Amino acid sequence: MLELKFDKTKCADCKAVSCLVKCQYMHFDRDTARTEWQKVVNGEDSQVLHDCATCYSCEEYCPFGNHPFYLIVERQEEKGILPAPRPITTMWINQCQPIGRFTVGKVEEKAMSFCFLPQFGILAGGKLFEDIAWSSIFGQEFFCNAVYLHFARMSVIRDRLPKVIENIAKQGIKELVCLHDECYGTFTSLAPAYGIELPFKPVHYYEHLYDKLKELKDEIQPLNVKVAYFRNCSARLIPETDHFVDDIFGLIGVDRVQREYDHENALCCAELIRVSKGPEMADDVQKRNLDDMLKAGAEYCVFNCPGCWDSMVEKVVKTGIKPIHMIDLCKLAIGEEQALTPPEPALEV
Amino acid sequence: MTQDYASQIHRCFRCGYCKFPTDYSSLNCPSFRRFRFDSYSTGGRLWLIYAWLRNEIDWSEHLAEILYACTTCKNCVEQCPMKFSTDIVDWIVGARSDMVEKGRIPPQVARFFEAVHGYGNPLKLLRSDRAAWADGTKKYEPGDEYLFYVGCLGSYDENGQKMARSLADVLSAAGVSFGILGNEEECCGNEVYMLGEMGLFQTLAEKNNQQFKELSVTNIVTLSPHAYNVMKNNYHQFGADFAEYHYTVYHYTQLLYGLIKENKIRLSNNKAKVTYQDPCFLGRYNQIYDEPRQILQSIPGIELVEMERNRENSFCCGGGSGNFVMDLLAGGKDSPSRARVREAHDTGAEVLAVACPSCLTMFTDAIKAEDLDDKLVVKGISQIVKESLSSK
Amino acid sequence: MSDIYATLQEIVGKDYVSNQAEERYFYGRDPGLMPPHEPDYVVMPRTTEEVQEIIRLANKEKVAVVPKGAGLSLTGLVIPQIGGIVMDMKRMEGIEVNEAGRYVIVEGGVTHAALKSHLQKNYPHLRHSIPDSPPIATIVANAVIHGQGRLTQQRGFNSDMVSGLEVVLPTGEVCRIGSCAVSSYWFSKGPPMPDLSGLFLGWFGTTGVITRLGMKLYPCKKMRDVMLYITDRAELIPDIIRKLSHTEMMEDIVVSCAPLPLRFKGVFNMLVYITGDSEEELEFKRKMAWDALREYFESRDGGFMGVSPYMKPSLLAMPSKDTTRFADVSKGGGFEYSGPIAPIEKYPQYVKKLEELASKYNLFYSSAARVIDGGHSMMFSFSYTFNRADPDTMNRAKTALDEAAEFALDEGGVIWKPNLNEQRMVMERMDPNTLKLLGKIKQLLDPNGIMNPGNWEAK
Repeated sequence: MLELKFDKTKCADCKAVSCLVKCQYMHFDRDTARTEWQKVVNGEDSQVLHDCATCYSCEEYCPFGNHPFYLIVERQEEKGILPAPRPITTMWINQCQPIGRFTVGKVEEKAMSFCFLPQFGILAGGKLFEDIAWSSIFGQEFFCNAVYLHFARMSVIRDRLPKVIENIAKQGIKELVCLHDECYGTFTSLAPAYGIELPFKPVHYYEHLYDKLKELKDEIQPLNVKVAYFRNCSARLIPETDHFVDDIFGLIGVDRVQREYDHENALCCAELIRVSKGPEMADDVQKRNLDDMLKAGAEYCVFNCPGCWDSMVEKVVKTGIKPIHMIDLCKLAIGEEQALTPPEPALEV
Repeated sequence: MTQDYASQIHRCFRCGYCKFPTDYSSLNCPSFRRFRFDSYSTGGRLWLIYAWLRNEIDWSEHLAEILYACTTCKNCVEQCPMKFSTDIVDWIVGARSDMVEKGRIPPQVARFFEAVHGYGNPLKLLRSDRAAWADGTKKYEPGDEYLFYVGCLGSYDENGQKMARSLADVLSAAGVSFGILGNEEECCGNEVYMLGEMGLFQTLAEKNNQQFKELSVTNIVTLSPHAYNVMKNNYHQFGADFAEYHYTVYHYTQLLYGLIKENKIRLSNNKAKVTYQDPCFLGRYNQIYDEPRQILQSIPGIELVEMERNRENSFCCGGGSGNFVMDLLAGGKDSPSRARVREAHDTGAEVLAVACPSCLTMFTDAIKAEDLDDKLVVKGISQIVKESLSSK
Repeated sequence: MSDIYATLQEIVGKDYVSNQAEERYFYGRDPGLMPPHEPDYVVMPRTTEEVQEIIRLANKEKVAVVPKGAGLSLTGLVIPQIGGIVMDMKRMEGIEVNEAGRYVIVEGGVTHAALKSHLQKNYPHLRHSIPDSPPIATIVANAVIHGQGRLTQQRGFNSDMVSGLEVVLPTGEVCRIGSCAVSSYWFSKGPPMPDLSGLFLGWFGTTGVITRLGMKLYPCKKMRDVMLYITDRAELIPDIIRKLSHTEMMEDIVVSCAPLPLRFKGVFNMLVYITGDSEEELEFKRKMAWDALREYFESRDGGFMGVSPYMKPSLLAMPSKDTTRFADVSKGGGFEYSGPIAPIEKYPQYVKKLEELASKYNLFYSSAARVIDGGHSMMFSFSYTFNRADPDTMNRAKTALDEAAEFALDEGGVIWKPNLNEQRMVMERMDPNTLKLLGKIKQLLDPNGIMNPGNWEAK
């Protein structure tokens, strides 16, 4: 049985209780935060377990790497608390269950994971992927499963993740470029938190992009645009990769606008907030985020996660800001076209 | 191929999406538009083939005519919602191939094959007259950049010859190094393939490939989208070891647009309102929609207007699968070519531009039948470009 | 018989009549599971006068006539049970819109495709109720089988939207029904007079040939959107529908269930369509839908899912290609459904039976239930796929559908577009005096029994 590596004493000694005090969606003063957090730690019921927006941020806020969010998820499941409606949880669990279909390209020791997101098939082309394009894996068998953190189903992750890792290893992969930020987060944060060892080296695709852009630096035409960066939930599991955002922007001549909701203060895409907490809170979060981008004068909104893209793309378009995935932004800089484009308005009347 | 279609063809639900363009604005299956019996739609055809395979109906000339009235325009492939949609034309060709093998084909189709077999063209005209249009156009020699593959209509048909002549003139004016095969040119076989005579097709493809190889041809530019299609997509199966020897095929509109972009063709004012017919073998078969339009739009004075059905929804002229000779869809106002010239006329255009000699000949006849001679003229894009060549 | 052929040629022209094996084969069957039977002739009239002449000929020769639209009912309603003439109506293509009166007069062969396209091009602020059947389905045939469409949740059966008829009676006379019988306007199929449209709608062509039909048109809002609601409790669905329809703001409500794809497994997907002339109007309706179902959101029994903007075009498409695709999900090219019109409260029982029969006969299944007329009833489809090349799956599907129909009737439903066997089931259960009335009407209108024989034959 895989168990979360959680050290009670670290929380007992913690003065700041940043996990809750910094939370964007629950508002606790330090004393209440401490009390509520101790309830969580001790396995008691707490408002935290009911109000958590499952944004993953506390994983980043905790200075001890003590995995407060994973603990919340564990406790929610133990107590039968459903962050989202039960049928939606069921739908997610069924939709991504392994079915024995291995969708693989001509896999080599270095390969790309498209997770279970077809958008990566569209994005991963052109010169930035010219030496790896054929070496890809996709589908339920390689799905990182971290999404169940949103649904209080750590049991599903514990059950499926070791098998996913085994499936990847069986392909002979030694180095896996994770195109889904959440896969990288799963392999480098979630897996070690449960003592799962990796028989391959995960590489964040930002690092891949950065390295390729350096190789192609003669072809880069600086874009000279102002962009708002849309930071996603899984980025909270791997804040150590954040520097690549600025490194890449530096290479391609992009100005990351200063705004309230970036970096540690980022707001999530709120699509799962809509599902779990309802439209009022989701609308408020999305509106604040978009207003902030506009106020900062962003021309582009740069996405990392295709999930955020799907939930926000139409709303971003409506503001007049151009949505673009990080991969496509890099493509623009080397004279290639944006592959993942906003949908045509669906107004069949 | 035969086995494959026989095991799959029952999957058609005869839902009828194949009858329409994307916006349902009219009927877009040429033979269904013409005959109106459901038996003449793609669904009808597939159900009848299935019935024939299961001996539920006997072969008849009528059955064969239904099968051969399909122009293989691929509208059904474009519209069918099912996963097998891309296979539909192969199924129809497969069934035709079975009929050919059994010797059960309509007399018009048999005559088509006999003519190609005996004369190297479906018009039953002398091989020795194939280059009569060419009037001194140079023959291809190794080292020339392009082989200009003229095709049967370009070589023999009065309208097609004009199209060929003008293309040769434009290429010369642009300083392109090219030559033709002259009387040694052989039918491309696209229609033979679509009509299901696989033996004859193989012979043609092998002969052509052999000739190309002997002349060290590296680039072929075709007048007809039909030749472009078959050389690009089907020749590799026959007589050409492309690992060892390889050539690239272009349709002439691709080449002309490139020359215009490179300023090798300079165009002067040619005031006209023009609409454009997407040929099936250029558009739906090979997704070439933009170059012909870009050529027209490069000509000062030309106003390009679109017909209601265009690009992947274009309505076939009715000439595909050998029907530019056999014309199994002829007769009356509902024939596809007549319906289409009316649509072209409705745009207010005075010129119907085509990129295919088959469309050219079909529409030339249809314009007469519709009594639109004074109002609409059909011209090949090569002809329009030639007219617009700047004298400077 | 050759006299009939020659006369038909004289009536419609030689291009538009066939007695050849190929047309007889095709027109002798439909994509469903009813046994085929070939006609002797297929004829395609262009005018009401031609229809009259054909009917007079049929009376004279005592030969059956089956008027046909696209033949997509799947229940064999236009299979000519005793041969005779199949009258393919699709050459009668006239469309005439009365914009101010919000109705259209269509000729007998106008397809939903043609009307949709005509309205989009010429009257973009008007729309009609488009069914999920393929676009070749005709307006008249769809009304004659009491079809449903995108506006059925708000406006009732598509036949409820009929605003007048021109009918060639089985004895050859042309008759106008509704306001058009006394006025040049086609605004009502009956009221304030006796509503005679009931003599023709729902009769599957056994009481005459509809050559023109008035159909009400409705405002076409500038925007549409679709919301996806999911629950895993079938027993809550009637109440969820009641709550949603209470808002009187939903364009359409369709509940689906199927074992595959996996995201459908174990849950019910409800597609809730809304329309609006502005984003504000849409947003208000979204909020109304959310608020209507707040109770089940709080109890975690159901919730709205985000719909990817890339999925919306296919969900919003009219007609829906996805409905047709079901025919080939098992790569067999066939599906049929028994579609009772039933009380919404029966949803849980029907679903249970749907799954039970699928398991008993080893069939792939799905169901779509569309809310009718603001929640007075639903059409619940028991849909099973079959492989056209495998007689065994066809038999199993047929047996399952027969059992589904029996069950649906026992549970208070009435079969929609019933095949011959289902018509028999319905008539067996019918009030005896009603059944007699049915027979009397038919005998009165069609003394020679030439019109689509076999259907609605009250013995």
